[in-house]
Amino acid sequence: MGRYLLRRLLQLVPVFIGTTFLIYWLVWAVPGDPFAGKCGERRCPDQYIAFMTEKYHLDQNVFVQYANYMKNLLQGDFGQTFSQREISDIILTSYPNTLKLAVVALAIEAIIGLGAGVLSGLRRNGFLDNLVLVSTLFLIALPVFVVGFVLQWLLGVQWGIIKPTVSSEMRWSELIVPGFVLGSASVAYIARVARTSIAENRRADYVRTAIAKGLPMRRVVGVHLLRNSLIPVVTLLGTDLGALMGGAIVTEGIFGINGIGRQVFRAIITKESATVVGIVVVLVLVYLVMNLLVDLLYAALDPRIRYE
Amino acid sequence: MSDILVSEQSAPGPGGSGRPSGRLLEVDDLRVEFRTRDGVAKVINGVTYHVDAGETLAVLGESGSGKSVTAQTIMGILDTPPGFVTGGQVRFHGKDMLRMSDEERRRIRGEGIAMIFQDALSALNPVFTVGFQIAEQFRVRRGMGRAEAKKRAIDMLDQVKIPNAKGRFNNYPHQFSGGMRQRAMIAMSLALDPEVLIADEPTTALDVTVQAQIMDLLAELQRERQMGMILITHDLGVVADVADRIAVMYAGRIVEEADVYELYAKPAHPYTLGLIDSIPRLDEKGQQLRTIKGLPPNLMNIPPGCPFNPRCPMAQPVCREKVPPLLQVGPARASACHFAEELVNRV
Repeated sequence: MGRYLLRRLLQLVPVFIGTTFLIYWLVWAVPGDPFAGKCGERRCPDQYIAFMTEKYHLDQNVFVQYANYMKNLLQGDFGQTFSQREISDIILTSYPNTLKLAVVALAIEAIIGLGAGVLSGLRRNGFLDNLVLVSTLFLIALPVFVVGFVLQWLLGVQWGIIKPTVSSEMRWSELIVPGFVLGSASVAYIARVARTSIAENRRADYVRTAIAKGLPMRRVVGVHLLRNSLIPVVTLLGTDLGALMGGAIVTEGIFGINGIGRQVFRAIITKESATVVGIVVVLVLVYLVMNLLVDLLYAALDPRIRYE
Repeated sequence: MSDILVSEQSAPGPGGSGRPSGRLLEVDDLRVEFRTRDGVAKVINGVTYHVDAGETLAVLGESGSGKSVTAQTIMGILDTPPGFVTGGQVRFHGKDMLRMSDEERRRIRGEGIAMIFQDALSALNPVFTVGFQIAEQFRVRRGMGRAEAKKRAIDMLDQVKIPNAKGRFNNYPHQFSGGMRQRAMIAMSLALDPEVLIADEPTTALDVTVQAQIMDLLAELQRERQMGMILITHDLGVVADVADRIAVMYAGRIVEEADVYELYAKPAHPYTLGLIDSIPRLDEKGQQLRTIKGLPPNLMNIPPGCPFNPRCPMAQPVCREKVPPLLQVGPARASACHFAEELVNRV
């Protein structure tokens, strides 16, 4: 297990360098003057332009720029926005909100998705199974913004059950509906994967053995069947967590949550290249770590992978 | 190992009703059909056999003859759908298991009747250690603590002669060799001291040298524990050393039942005769292998009369009209052939 972990960690290094370079290159390669409109109506003062050009090595090629950027980054310096605000500040204030929303969405995906999947997989072609199939198809077909706006309007405006937007305190109870919106499509996918997996393994020889051992049905399903069926579901949940932590531009936008998704969206619109790169680098890192965790969890669930 | 015998006696039979004079386990006129999209396959058409404590019954037959389905019905692990029991009884200590509650049947599994499967690799759960899967029974069924269950599980691995049982406890099934896996499977099935052990082709997936070892082990354990054993196989060679009685199945019926020596010496059914004739013999070198001509019948469309008649070298017009019942043709032997008497009486 130790060697497996080390190998996986080493694999992260080239992936991290490759992805961050691509992002850096792409963001700064966007055509247009980075100083356009930065100083209000007037053209920016030459002094400011010279200062910024110097600071970001804008007169040098992209490799030198990237190397300098990484050097600072490794020392924990994300740089500043054009208005001299610390980028790390932006990330630190908005990222916890995104994480909170991601955790709620993941919990909803795991509980509803897995629950519906297991129940429908055990009773294939029953009423519940058909209900799950139809409702998941519905969720998959609907774009997130439709689900978001409809629920916000229905629950928040028409019926007044929830507040239409999330307050800045980000209470957990306020996040349930946004979390569901964010996880809605994934809930459906997880339910379907779990259903197939359960139904497939239900007829496996080892399940028959477990029954033949005289174990109670509860244990046959809850221990023997579930543990094997969870493997594909966990993979899906894990990769989804990586995506959830990447921020949710649409959901955060609808419910007015100050998350990383909104920040990156704003930065792209205003051509705050340093901010975009800074945030995306963090997101890449989170995504890679999440993927590693999934693989480790995968190995923990399936010993045949561990010993390869 | 004698303590096992003692502990077995002390536990009352899980069947409940004490022990009436009857058999330990009997299958009586069992009928099972598979309802599929293409039609109804009559897989078991009135199977009757029994097994008593301390004896081994071999159930012999080609693939598709219904021998495994009968075993699955006894164990209550028949896949429903497509399989449905349409008639007959399975009596354990005289009580019909097919009419018991699910909970009552569950209690018999493992403790009253246990089963070994053909392919131990797929029959063992790949994500749990072998030790866990054996200890699980002691914990769930006997309420033992972790440490005690582990001790008992290691003891079981020892009994099936797995070297370094203690070290192997934490291994996963894929880390075992084929033979060791089947031993672990046997250890698991015997953990709760079952009165009847059903072994469904226990050696088919193994290579020949290991086959013999596993059969020896099974025979030894059966003798020590005085279990009733049902050995399902298509291999006549395996049967000869181990079984006391043999029941031959064809198209979901028992066509012949006899003591093992009598059956080999004088088969009372042309199908059995064909099977024995098709065993390769050392003293007939250079001869072509004899086979039974034709194919087993389509179970969705079993021929009228004796189901074996299209392949039978002795077939007469009567065979195409009347299904021969399984009748006594001597002391403790029976055959379902219109010409059984002639077969037995020939020199």
